[in-house]
Amino acid sequence: MNENQGESDRRDKCGLTRRGFMQFMGVSVVGASFSAAAITKAADSEKTETVLQGTRLTKIRLFINNRIYSVLVEPRWTLLYVLRESIGLTGTKIACGRGECGACTVLIDSIPRYACMTLAVEAEGHQITTIEGLMDGEKLGPVQTAFLEEDAFQCGYCTPGQIMAVEGLLRKQPDPSMAEIRCGVSGNLCRCAAYTHIFRAAKTAARYKTGKE
Amino acid sequence: MSKANEIYYTAGLPVPETPEAGAEPSFWKQTHIVGKALPRVDAYERVSGSAVFPSDIKIPNMLYGAILRCPYPSATVTSVDTSQAQDMKGVQAIITGSSPEAANLKWKYRNFETSLFDTHVRFEGEEVAAVAADSFYEAWDAVRAIKVDYEVHSFVVDHDKALDKTAHKVHDGGNLISEDTYERGDVKKGFSEADTVLEHRYETQAELHTPLELHGCVTNWDGDRLTIWESSQGVYAVQSKVAEVLNMPLSKVRVVGHYMGGGFGSKLRPGKYTIISALLAKKCGKPVKTLLTREETYLCVGNRPSNTMELKAGVKKDGTLTALEFQCIGPSGAYPAGGSQLVDWLIRDLYKCENVRTISKDVYINAGTARPFRAPGHPQGSWALEQMMDCLAEEIGMDPVELRLKNIPDFSQAREGNPPYTTTGLRQCIEKGAEAFGWEQAREEVREHNRKGSHIKRGVGMGACLWVVGGGGPPSTVVIKMFRDGSVNLNMGASDIGTGTKTVMAFVAAEELGIDPGVIQIEHADTGTTQYATPSGGSKTVPTEAPTVRNAAIAIKRQILEMAAEDLEIPVEDLRYQGRKIVSKSGPDKSITVTEISGLKKRGVIVGVGYRGPNPENKTVNPFAAQFCEVEVNTRSGEIKILRFLGTNDSGRVMNRLTYDNQVFGGIVMGIGLGLTEFRQLDRKHTGKLCNKNWHDYKLPTALDVPEDMTSIPIELDDPEANNTGAKGLGEPVTIPTAAAIANAIYMATGIRFTKAPINPIAICRMISGGKE
Repeated sequence: MNENQGESDRRDKCGLTRRGFMQFMGVSVVGASFSAAAITKAADSEKTETVLQGTRLTKIRLFINNRIYSVLVEPRWTLLYVLRESIGLTGTKIACGRGECGACTVLIDSIPRYACMTLAVEAEGHQITTIEGLMDGEKLGPVQTAFLEEDAFQCGYCTPGQIMAVEGLLRKQPDPSMAEIRCGVSGNLCRCAAYTHIFRAAKTAARYKTGKE
Repeated sequence: MSKANEIYYTAGLPVPETPEAGAEPSFWKQTHIVGKALPRVDAYERVSGSAVFPSDIKIPNMLYGAILRCPYPSATVTSVDTSQAQDMKGVQAIITGSSPEAANLKWKYRNFETSLFDTHVRFEGEEVAAVAADSFYEAWDAVRAIKVDYEVHSFVVDHDKALDKTAHKVHDGGNLISEDTYERGDVKKGFSEADTVLEHRYETQAELHTPLELHGCVTNWDGDRLTIWESSQGVYAVQSKVAEVLNMPLSKVRVVGHYMGGGFGSKLRPGKYTIISALLAKKCGKPVKTLLTREETYLCVGNRPSNTMELKAGVKKDGTLTALEFQCIGPSGAYPAGGSQLVDWLIRDLYKCENVRTISKDVYINAGTARPFRAPGHPQGSWALEQMMDCLAEEIGMDPVELRLKNIPDFSQAREGNPPYTTTGLRQCIEKGAEAFGWEQAREEVREHNRKGSHIKRGVGMGACLWVVGGGGPPSTVVIKMFRDGSVNLNMGASDIGTGTKTVMAFVAAEELGIDPGVIQIEHADTGTTQYATPSGGSKTVPTEAPTVRNAAIAIKRQILEMAAEDLEIPVEDLRYQGRKIVSKSGPDKSITVTEISGLKKRGVIVGVGYRGPNPENKTVNPFAAQFCEVEVNTRSGEIKILRFLGTNDSGRVMNRLTYDNQVFGGIVMGIGLGLTEFRQLDRKHTGKLCNKNWHDYKLPTALDVPEDMTSIPIELDDPEANNTGAKGLGEPVTIPTAAAIANAIYMATGIRFTKAPINPIAICRMISGGKE
């Protein structure tokens, strides 16, 4: 596989690349914070455009892990900040706040997204899944189980993001190749560098999810 | 339900003998739990998202702290105007250098004392003022609204220029912090005896730790008692520094750090931010969370210093090293921090050589101070020495593996009195590594491949190392509590920085007590409730804490046996602890189960205290390692692909095979960063500022950069002398020889000797097109 082919494969099979994702999300963030305008997508998908003031508290409804949360937010607050500091879902981690590391990866409509590059007001009307949402009560989900068994982490801080990236990958591609796995977690930095075990865990998780074992 | 069946793993398995009072425990010949590839005891918390890291702490009324930092590398703060910031929405407190709570506080960098907010700013990112506000956003709004006037001075950020006469003086006394010389034998004589003498200059770039969890803390006062949740490698180190700066009794400073998201040396101590957060909390009467931003962590929480090294080496045709002469210079940064510390250690101690001389200079520059970074000094020294070894081997027509094998010492040459190593697996690491890697065959195949004339070239390379410490040592105290149902609680002060410390300690207690590791509850890393421990780092945590845990478990067993002796009316010497049961050695029909022991039932809990004993006298405990790799270089694009890596480690006993291999692979990837991708880019000419203070411009190896083929081979030598578990450190040696091994492989692929790290595609293209800068 030559390099260019690799790049296009990465896009096709894993959704957006880290950089592509940056460009995509970056535009909306800039639009919102610089023009102080954001479109609120009401849960009932009414398409009324409201101009919000950057620092004035606004009530929004977020659909997270099959629950509705009504929260007051400043329109400039990121989804990450609201998840962690308003709602208390601290499984989603902050590590760079600027779309570089993937520690804050959540699923928005089943696609892995950086919560630090998503404004909370933008996330209204979408299905948000965090690491806590992969649990069945206190039972671990299949990707979490695979990470546990393969020791696919060290300090554990990037781990929720890695797990969400793998979860997102497997929802799109239930039987990924090694190249697809590597690309699927390439937007998630692990300074401890547990990558070898993360790759193994992704393979194991695929088996668990498809019920092959 | 039989609870006991869940507690004990010992269905017919022998539990280690209990040594008599005062006697040392004997070496484990065979283990049942220790060494197994079992998941971590805290894996559930780490994968479920329920592990609470300091960053995750949120308590009622909590505010957010933010710090204003100087944007210049060298300046004087002439005025700070907080009037506008003071009135902003959400702002609850502002402190500056002239605020009464901060004005008299001192901060020490080693023995160098400065003010908490020093008006003479010596690096970009030094603290100027701080704000606490209702939200993170409002705190930063206020920081941006503080007006500061600076008188900007000239600067020096290039360590090679720091000692020039015209260089800006970071401190009045000049930029030389120290010049250390080491000498043995006679290098002049050594060089005269050599058949080949080579002299090369090597450079490594400053590397930044950038652990995933940001540096930071939550601080809260209950009257005169301060509680700090800090992302830290050592809660007692944080407690000690905070108590010193705030002039408080240690007992009134409680530091908690149950989980922490990576440190690599940068979290061995707190930062000024910890003190600032505490001051803000005091001023507001509310808890304050102060997490640094990612950019701040690039500026002010440490680095592996950049080093410039010159190495001259002499060798005889038969491979005998006759002399090594080494000079290095490295920057501490703006305050003393050991800019060239331990860079020369491998030159002094790794390979047999009678004549060695090293000179190490530590200098000031206007940049953030260094902090220990995984194997301080060693990867830099290895970059020079391991490349030089390959050059020498080529000159005398010897295989690089063979040259190293010719020069293996069995004692530490650089230490006073030449103490022998308790064990040295250096030879086995190199031999078994070469064998498993298929070294000779790989070299043949690569040569064959490169003869074909493709622009994709291949190379294999290797390197070896030792780590200067890694034997651990006192002090450490561990307490094990046994409840009346036989389950236990293990209490230790050490942090688990991601290496699996908690898991290893649970395994040790389980092994000794015959208890399932899953039922061992661990309390750790809290100065208020757990025992004293030194920070986790330097590959010394397992060899320090594991023997201590074993001693605590033995203390429990001794007490249980005493109590059983009373109940059974049999002398204690005749009893054997077998896990669930205590059995008479002379008459196995006489026994009592632990839960029936009246003393335990009555007391409810028994407590076993373990202390870390001394290390062996006149012996050195060091871990050793070797690494082998194969790379592919695209000589047109300069791209480097690492095809495979193999690491062999003599770290004594393997305590958990899963976490062991994880360390090996992780260390190699970090070494790939040093060798190929990471460098701190300071603007030397115009501003002295850091140009790449984020993960886009400062590139870590990602999932796409790690080789798919990674192998870890433990060289497990029995080391009963090292400590009562036989384990040596692992976390540092796994990253030491990596960069040099890659450089050696790239040399084989390209015929170009890259002496400056990192070797990136730009460097490859530049050298291939004629070596022009």
